[in-house]
Amino acid sequence: MSHADGVRTHTLRLELDDEPGELAAALDPIAEGGGNLLSVFHERGSRTPGGRIPVEVALDCPTERFDEIIAGLREQGVTVVAADEEFYGEAIRVLLTGHLVDTDLSETLREIERASTVAVEELSLTAPDGVDAVSSAYLRLGARSGEREEALAQVREIADEKGLTVVEPLEAGR
Amino acid sequence: MRLAIVGAGAVGRAVAELAGDYGHTVVGIADSTGAALGDPLDVAAVLERKGETGSVGDDDHEALLGTDYDALVEATPTTLGDAEPGYSNAVAALERDRHVVLANKGPVAERYDDLRAVTRESEAELRFEATVGGAIPAVRTVEDFGPSRVERVRGVLNGTANFVLSRMAAEGLSYDHVLAEAQELGVAEADPTFDVDGTDAALKGVIVANVLREARGQEALTLDDAAVEGIQNLPVSALSLAAEDGRTVRLIAEASPDGVRVGPRLVPENGTMAVTGTQNIVGIETEHAGRLNISGRGAGGPETASAVLSDVGRLPPD
Repeated sequence: MSHADGVRTHTLRLELDDEPGELAAALDPIAEGGGNLLSVFHERGSRTPGGRIPVEVALDCPTERFDEIIAGLREQGVTVVAADEEFYGEAIRVLLTGHLVDTDLSETLREIERASTVAVEELSLTAPDGVDAVSSAYLRLGARSGEREEALAQVREIADEKGLTVVEPLEAGR
Repeated sequence: MRLAIVGAGAVGRAVAELAGDYGHTVVGIADSTGAALGDPLDVAAVLERKGETGSVGDDDHEALLGTDYDALVEATPTTLGDAEPGYSNAVAALERDRHVVLANKGPVAERYDDLRAVTRESEAELRFEATVGGAIPAVRTVEDFGPSRVERVRGVLNGTANFVLSRMAAEGLSYDHVLAEAQELGVAEADPTFDVDGTDAALKGVIVANVLREARGQEALTLDDAAVEGIQNLPVSALSLAAEDGRTVRLIAEASPDGVRVGPRLVPENGTMAVTGTQNIVGIETEHAGRLNISGRGAGGPETASAVLSDVGRLPPD
């Protein structure tokens, strides 16, 4: 499940050696892989216990190209510590509860995707008391940077129409 | 200071019992049936009488409000709407230039601007630390930072709801089962509606928002302005799903100058907001100093009384 154009926001956590040119070398494979660099974040003074520099990168790219970019980075000798973790909050976790099955869960998910730029990346469903009773779903939604609030508002509205309860994530504070 | 106490529930009683320790004198206490006066009041005898007969004494409320005291401790049950009788009790004291220390949330959640107007005309002060987060110095910390430099306050402000959620998540027990257990333990009241439907947390959120708004010249809010959801409809299966991803659910109150929102929210299982049991936590987000978290006991007689008595200690001496 993804956008019509297949482009999504991805995050990478890299570790670089503290040497000139390291950052540029790390970013080249992203451009070469067709990625659109959105942000590069490094907290000044922050070091790994081994003295390397942790850098977080956000980029837009077609999903199928993302793995190539990671491979390209590794070829360059860049350490990719994590890919697509929730550093920037683009991945939104949401709990839905209520009569999910009766209200046609797959239709609910399609509506969420239609109404916003959100993609449903992962879904766990549990209906311990049978499909006619109250059940719960845990969704991992992929949203583009800056579209988090809008995406959540859409989810709220759709859930409201169907009488479902949404438990939203508490975003990190200052 | 000479204290008159209105309300002889868990908080009022604890204030009466601990006042001496803090160097204060109790000169009167009232409950819903009557009042007892004395100079000083024999607190132990009065509370024993209350235990035996259900009433602290035969004097009337007017006598208590008219007696010679420095500060009135208002600890009657929180009421919504007109916030009576707490509001009128507080006004009666302020109009006599007597300080008021509230444990009752109603007057500052529902009629903040009215009460502030009366306070401005008075030579006495109004304090209400005990109304938010029990023993946690939430209001005072906001005041110390300067409310205009506090951008948002978020936290777990209801111990009963938090007990229920953390027990459900830890033991995989249903909402009804855990709530019944909480009532047996005395963690939940016989009627826990306001705790589990978010009302109590929302009142506290409104009080904090009112402090933030007052500093910005904005009108006060009431409970009606808050967006409130409770935890009653949360199945244990939802908590299990969240746990598979290292998350859990807490009833979070958020207060900013823009408004108040209370509802169940997903938080990291090991994050600062995921306090367990009846603990509360208040996260104060400041303009220049990031976030300050304070956790502790958010309810209970002696805990709330300690906040009341800290307020009394901050009142200007005559």
